[in-house]
Amino acid sequence: MSPHVVPVRVYVGIFVALLLLTGLTTGVAFVDLGALNTVVALAIAVAKMLLVILFFMHVRYSSGLTRIVILAGFLWLAILITLTLSDVWTRQWTPRPSGWDSSEIVTPR
Amino acid sequence: MTELAAQGAQTAHPPGLRHHFDDMTQQFEAGNLGMWVFLVTEILFFGGLFAGYAIYRSLYFPGFEAGSRLLDVRFGAANTAVLIGSSLTMALAIRAAQTGNRKAQVTYLILTMMLGAAFLGIKFTFEWAHDFREHLVPGFGFAYDGPYASNVQLFFCFYFFMTGLHALHMIVGIGILTVLTVLAARGRFSPEYYTPLEVSGLYWHFVDIVWIFLFPLLYLIGGRYALGGGH
Repeated sequence: MSPHVVPVRVYVGIFVALLLLTGLTTGVAFVDLGALNTVVALAIAVAKMLLVILFFMHVRYSSGLTRIVILAGFLWLAILITLTLSDVWTRQWTPRPSGWDSSEIVTPR
Repeated sequence: MTELAAQGAQTAHPPGLRHHFDDMTQQFEAGNLGMWVFLVTEILFFGGLFAGYAIYRSLYFPGFEAGSRLLDVRFGAANTAVLIGSSLTMALAIRAAQTGNRKAQVTYLILTMMLGAAFLGIKFTFEWAHDFREHLVPGFGFAYDGPYASNVQLFFCFYFFMTGLHALHMIVGIGILTVLTVLAARGRFSPEYYTPLEVSGLYWHFVDIVWIFLFPLLYLIGGRYALGGGH
């Protein structure tokens, strides 16, 4: 077997890019972008993750089977988070039927 | 059948090859795939915490914001850099195995362990010990005077569980690296066979990725600008 040897300068380049993105995400946190702060922070984190996965974890050079397994993992993570949040965030959308208000039973403090 | 037997007799059997694999490439691929399947379970393991975090952050954002401001961004950012550095040395250790450089393998593995230990050192001594003295550890005399106190406490529950689970993975990783360093020093890895290094590297980089998300989600929650500093 002849392994795919990645040049050292590629690894160092990825390392420098990851450091720059860390600085960027830290700096942006001190700028008021409103709700965009979260979006930008997550976008930078995803970019960093892709750099690590593709180069440090050698997925750029891996087989299609491995890639499908990884994608399936992230698909399930997306299902976990999206379905959970879609439940929590939409509970207030529908009015409570009369008689369902359980405020006198619940809320033990 | 005789043809196959003749072929087998002609080609030298690679020392690292297990008999149930056709060749070293297939063996490497199988090990790699198996590790990824494990990492997918890890993604979902941490994913449950991230989903819970997303729910409570969206419900109690002001409390999470106030809690995040109590963390020191400088330590979080420094630790991110330390972990990224350890990922670089891990990748270089595997490269050293691919090029058959035993001494470089050992050097880079020890560097990786030292950076991992530095991360845990910063985390435990500068951050957790400080949080404990400031009464920010839920269940251990948590006290917070400001508004949204119960939500700030919830934030710190997430903070300690997420960083704690991450730190546990780091400790396991350093244990694995210790074994690998001994094996590498004994010359167990070659360009033909370095699967233990490769899959352990996958684990180490995975733990790095978890931190890449924990850093902005815990330390950089919106509203940092209102303070103008990370105090």
